[in-house]
Amino acid sequence: MFKYSSVTQFSCLFQFEEVYLETKEQYEKLIKDGFLLFQQVPLVEIDGMKMVQTRAIMSYIAGKYNLYGKDLKERALIDMYVEGLSDLMQMILMFPFSPPDAKEKNLESIKERATNRYFPVFEKVLKQHGQDFLVGNKFSWADVQLMEAILAVEEKVPDVLSGFPQLQVFKSKMSNMPTLKKFLQPGSPRKPPPDAHYVETVLKIFKK
Amino acid sequence: MSTKPKLYYFNGRGKMESIRWLLAAAGVEFEEEFLETRDQYEKLLQGGSLLFQQVPMVEIDGMRMVQTRAILSYIAAKYNLYGKDLKERALIDMYVGGTDDLMGFILMFPFLSAEDKEKQHVLIVQKATSRYFPVYEKVLKDHGQDFLVGNNFSWADVHLLEAILMVEEKKSDVLSGFPQLQAFKARISSIPAIKKFLEPGSQRKPVPDDKYVETVRRVLRMYYDVKAN
Repeated sequence: MFKYSSVTQFSCLFQFEEVYLETKEQYEKLIKDGFLLFQQVPLVEIDGMKMVQTRAIMSYIAGKYNLYGKDLKERALIDMYVEGLSDLMQMILMFPFSPPDAKEKNLESIKERATNRYFPVFEKVLKQHGQDFLVGNKFSWADVQLMEAILAVEEKVPDVLSGFPQLQVFKSKMSNMPTLKKFLQPGSPRKPPPDAHYVETVLKIFKK
Repeated sequence: MSTKPKLYYFNGRGKMESIRWLLAAAGVEFEEEFLETRDQYEKLLQGGSLLFQQVPMVEIDGMRMVQTRAILSYIAAKYNLYGKDLKERALIDMYVGGTDDLMGFILMFPFLSAEDKEKQHVLIVQKATSRYFPVYEKVLKDHGQDFLVGNNFSWADVHLLEAILMVEEKKSDVLSGFPQLQAFKARISSIPAIKKFLEPGSQRKPVPDDKYVETVRRVLRMYYDVKAN
């Protein structure tokens, strides 16, 4: 299953290039040439490595660019938050590929999980410590992931933050951080919500 | 909280098993509280112990950790099973990602219908032999070292051994085309802490049975059909 990568979020840190998979042949060549360790994308060429496995890639970037807390315990918190948000993002990721008659139900699930399971946790974390960032009073991977998740859910459920004042403030603060602000502007590498063409491309490339 | 880590989960493998393996490999003793009733689970929920209302949960070093991957990363780093630098960590993360995906196919197996189980069995063996095992076979062959990463025992080795044994439970001769993995399996199994964990009486859990499935369904009220991949 083609996995939309949260990796592009880290464009807040550095420039990067992208190679888009558009045909099955391209994909098969990547496999044949030994680029894809487990025959899957995402693939990121970085620091002489051909990295696969989304989480591995993000952990590496977070570690390299000091977005992973100052010690093991902060890293543990960041990991917990990121993993939870990843579960929520997974529902959104799968959504365009679900059959038409399941979409309404899936949308309800996304809304339910966001409002009852995930957003309350981060609302509470921010309320309890009163700091701008989720972990250690410092911008980290967890903040980037939460920002991405909030925006992704809002695209499906526009008023989803109505019961979450802390998250509203958080969203506004993150939007104003220079690197994220730039990423949120038109012309950045940020990708739009998946459309029919995107779904069609993915299915075509991975069709057996 | 006692000084030993305490694991909260069902009395069975599921997502907690990789954590048991890693703690055992690190030589860390741990306690377990087994979820058997819905009441126990609701009590944990109400007590605020489960950050995202889910298990596994591990009480460790004053934290109530959830999210399997977060827990495993913490244990690996704390007990020096995570490589010596960022690049070795990256390799370990990639390899563990692979074995995690493979074990994911097996994790859902007990919850599938009989018909889906047959299909999944085929899928597991196919993925293992054509996608995952060849990768690790090649890694070991290319560097000729005893361990996957950095010539040092790491989380990646523990996770791969766990995956190998789980797939072998589905097809006992699955390693027949993989001589490096056969040697790897023998080597890692004979590390004292691992050897101990593989002996009867350890905290390693058996292959999930109907009772385990029933307990999980009852505690989580998860009565719907689980779909195969």
